[in-house]
Amino acid sequence: MVALPPDRAVVTTPARQPRLLHPAAWWGWATAVAIAASRTTNPIVLLLLVSATAFVVASRRPASPWSRSYVVFLRIGLLAIGIRIVLFALLGTGAGTHVLVTLPKVPLPHWMAGVRLGGPVSLDGVLAAAYDGMRLAVILLCVGAANTLTSPRRLLKPLPSAVQEAGVAITVALSFAPQAVASVSRLRTARRLRGRPDTGIRSLRGLAVPVLEGALERSVDLAAAMDARGFGRRAATPARLRLLIAGCVILGGTAVAASSYALIDTSAPAALGLPLLVAGAALVAAGFAAGARRGGRTRYRPDPWRWPEWLVVGAGVATVVVLAFATPSELFPSTSPPRVPDLPLTALLAVAVAVLPAFVAPPLPSPAGRRTTSVPPLRDPVVATR
Amino acid sequence: MIRFDDVTVTYPDATTPVLRNVDLTIPEGELCLVVGRTGSGKSTLLRCINGLVPHFTGGTLGGHVIVDGRDTREHRPRDLADIVGFVGQEPLAGFVTDTVEDELAYGMESLGVAPPTMRRRVEETLDLLGLAEVRDRPLLSLSAGQQQRVAIGAALTASPRVLVLDEPTSALDPGAAEDVLAALTRLVHDIGVTVVLAEHRLERVVQYADRVVHVPAPGGRIESGAPAHVMQTTPVAPPVVELGRLAGWSPLPLSVRDARRAATSLRQRLSTVQPPSPDAVRGDTVIRLRNIRASYDGVPALRALDLSVARGEIVAVMGRNGAGKSTLLSVISGLRPVTSGIVDVAGDVTHGRPPRDVVRRVGLVPSEPVDVLWAQRVDVECSDADRDASADAGTTRKLLDRLAPGVDDATHPRDLSEGQRLALALAVVLASTPDVVALDEPTRGLDYPAKQQLVTILRDLTRSHHAVVLATHDVELAAELADRIVVLADGEIVADGPARDIAVSSPLFAPQVAKILAPQPWLTVGDVAAVLAG
Repeated sequence: MVALPPDRAVVTTPARQPRLLHPAAWWGWATAVAIAASRTTNPIVLLLLVSATAFVVASRRPASPWSRSYVVFLRIGLLAIGIRIVLFALLGTGAGTHVLVTLPKVPLPHWMAGVRLGGPVSLDGVLAAAYDGMRLAVILLCVGAANTLTSPRRLLKPLPSAVQEAGVAITVALSFAPQAVASVSRLRTARRLRGRPDTGIRSLRGLAVPVLEGALERSVDLAAAMDARGFGRRAATPARLRLLIAGCVILGGTAVAASSYALIDTSAPAALGLPLLVAGAALVAAGFAAGARRGGRTRYRPDPWRWPEWLVVGAGVATVVVLAFATPSELFPSTSPPRVPDLPLTALLAVAVAVLPAFVAPPLPSPAGRRTTSVPPLRDPVVATR
Repeated sequence: MIRFDDVTVTYPDATTPVLRNVDLTIPEGELCLVVGRTGSGKSTLLRCINGLVPHFTGGTLGGHVIVDGRDTREHRPRDLADIVGFVGQEPLAGFVTDTVEDELAYGMESLGVAPPTMRRRVEETLDLLGLAEVRDRPLLSLSAGQQQRVAIGAALTASPRVLVLDEPTSALDPGAAEDVLAALTRLVHDIGVTVVLAEHRLERVVQYADRVVHVPAPGGRIESGAPAHVMQTTPVAPPVVELGRLAGWSPLPLSVRDARRAATSLRQRLSTVQPPSPDAVRGDTVIRLRNIRASYDGVPALRALDLSVARGEIVAVMGRNGAGKSTLLSVISGLRPVTSGIVDVAGDVTHGRPPRDVVRRVGLVPSEPVDVLWAQRVDVECSDADRDASADAGTTRKLLDRLAPGVDDATHPRDLSEGQRLALALAVVLASTPDVVALDEPTRGLDYPAKQQLVTILRDLTRSHHAVVLATHDVELAAELADRIVVLADGEIVADGPARDIAVSSPLFAPQVAKILAPQPWLTVGDVAAVLAG
C-alpha cells in the first residue's frame, strides 16, 4: 500500500470531505420521507415535502447520466394526479355538497349496479382525489430523488455476496431500459436515412425487432465480457448450503416486505409489524452470514458509512417521527365540506428536518460534481460510434 | 505460452469449419499480430485462447488449446480469467459498471483479490494507461480512445499473463491509436505480458509485432512466423509493405523508418517524374454551408463553418474524435438542425423536410451500418430498399453485388462481416441515387481489399456526378480517395485544400507512402506503381 498523501493524513474530519454519500443512506432517507408522505393528505405538507426533496436533489445531485431522472419522475407524478382526478370525475360516487359540473350520465346495465359513469362532479370529491393523487406523486418523487442522488448500480455494489448474482442480474437488467430507449431514438432517426417518416406513431412500426435484436446482441456481448473477466467464478459450494442460503434470504426478505406493509398501513394487525420485521431481518442476516463464509469475491473501495450517513438516515426517520405528533385533522384535512387545510407547526418542523441532508451530506467531489463544458457530451445518437 | 494443437472449430449450423487443423505456438512475452481478411476466422482464433470458443459461442472444438498449461477444454473462460485478459471489439459493450475505477476493479472483485492489492493495482493501471485524470468519470462520458484504454486496463488489473485484443484501434483517431499502441508495447516490454491482437489497420501495428499469424480464408492453412517473412505474401498488407513488395526491397521493411532507408534509390528514380494529378471533373456546387453553427447538448459542436462541395468531388473530413465531423455530416443530411447559418444541399435545406425528399438529395451511411438495416434476411432488406427508393426491383441487390460479391440472400444482416454490412448499408442508401453520398467512418472493420473496393465504387459515383463527403480517421483511405481534405478542430475548419497538399504538409495526416517518399508528393502505392510500370 502506498503511504497516504499528507493532506489525507492531517484533515481532521474525513467524513465531511468531498465524496459521494453511501447510496443506502440516500435510499434510507428517501424511503423515510416517502413513509412520512404516505401518512398525510394535507396538500400544503405534501408540497413542502416535495420542495424539501427537490432542494436536497438540487444541492447534492452528481453530474452523471442517471441524475437527470428527477424531472422524469416529476412528470410521472403529475400524470398520476391527473389520472386520479379524471378517473374520479368519470367514476366517482357523485356525493358532495359543492357540485362543480354535471357530466352526462352513461346508463349502464343493471349487473353493473355499483358502477357509475358520468353524473355530477363535486368539489369535495375532486379535492379528495387530488390530495390522494398528490400523496402518490410525492411518494414517487421520493423514489425519483433517491434515483437521482445515487446510481442504482452503486446501490447494488455493497450487496452481500449471498445475493451477488441476483444483484448482477439486476444490474444488467437496469442497463437494458436506457439502452433500449437510446436505440429506439437512434433507429427512429435512422429511418430518415431510408426516406421513411421519423415522427408519429407510424415511425415506431417495425422498430421492435431491431431494438430487441440490438439489445440481445449487447447482452450477449456483455455476458461474454463478464465471463471472460471471471464473473461467477468461486469455490464450489455444496448444493445444500446453497439452498439454505437462498431459502434464508428469500424467506426473510418476504417477511421484511410483509412487515413493512403492516407498518405503513395503520389498519393492519400490530403483530404483523415489528415482530415480523425482526424475524425476517434475522433470517436475512443469517443467510448473508452463511453466504459471506463461502467467499470468492472481494469488494473494491466500499463506500464508507460514517456519521453523515447516520445523520441523513436520521433526518428521514425524524421526519416520520415528528409528523406523527400532528393530529389527524391536521394531517387529513376535511374535503367534505371543503376547507382550507391547516399548516401544523409539527409539519413545518418535519419538513425542516427532511431538508437537513442538503447540509449534512458531504459536498460532491469536484470532477463529477460540477457540470462543466469540459465533460464531453454524450455521443451523437445516430452517427457516432456506439 | 499459448499452444494450439491440431485445432478445428466448427460453429453450430455451419457445414465447414472456420479453423481447420491449426497448429500454432506463441511463446511468452511476444506481441503477436493476427492478420487476415474480414470473416477469415481471426476473431474465432482469438476467442479460442480464453475459451469463449466453444464454451460461450457453442460449436465443436477438435484438438487442444493450452494456455499456460491449462487446457480450454476443462477450463471455462471464467476459470482462465486470471491468465487471459480479453478485450472485445466494442469497449462499451463489455463495460459492466459505471465509472472508470469501478470498471478497472471489476475483474479483480470477481477473482477475489485482496482489497489492498486491488487498490494498488488500480492505481498502477491508472498511471500505466494515463487514465488518472478521468478516474471518477462515468464511462459514457469518455472519448473512444479513453474507453479503449479503460477496457484494456480492466483486463490488465487481474494481472493476466496473456492479453488478447480484437481490433483495439479500429475506432480510434490516429492520436488515440498511438496512445493505445504505446500502452500495449509498454506492457510487452516492461511487464512481459504476451499480447495477441487482431487488427485491420496494419499500418499502425505491424512494426511493433514480434510475430505475425496469417489466417487465410475459412479452413485454410494458417501461417505463422517473423513479420517480414509472413507479410511477403499476405493478401492484406499496409502501404509500406506494398511499396516494399513493389520495389523488391529485402528484407521487407515494416516501418516507415526502415522503408525510408531502403527508398533512397526509388526516391532518386521518382525525382524526375511528377505524380499524376487527379482527373476530377468538377460540376456545379451541390453543398453550400454558410456560417453554420450547431450545438450538441448545449455544447457548441460547429462554430461559424463555411463549406462548399461540388459535384464530382470527394471530400474527406478529418480531425480528432469529437472535433465535429459527425455533427457536420448530420447537419448535411438533415438529421440535426443548425442554430444559425444557411444549409443548402442540392437546392434546399435538409432539416425538417420530408425524409422521402431528403434521401434523394443526400444519403448518409452511419458509422453503425446496422442502424439502417432492419430486415431479417439480405434479400428482404434489398427489396425493401428498392421499395423505399421507388427504384427498379433488383437495384439494391445489383449494387450490393458490386460492393461485396457473393453475399448469401438468406443471411441475417447482423451475421454479415463488418465489411459486408457496410456494403449492404451503402447499397441501401445508394438505391435512391442521392446527389450527395455521406459516409461516417466507413472503414471500420474493412480490410485492404474491401477498402480498395470502396474506393473504386466511390470513384465511380463521382464520375456519375455525385458528390461524396466522408468523415474518417483513416489517412490511407483519405490519401487514396479524396480530392480534397477538410480538417476540423473544435468545430472549426482549420485546413481545407487539395488532398495532396494537406496530406503531405502535415505529419499527422500523411499516409505512409508520403512519409517514405517525402519531400516528393506521392500519396499512394498505386501512383508509384503506375510510374514504375510505364
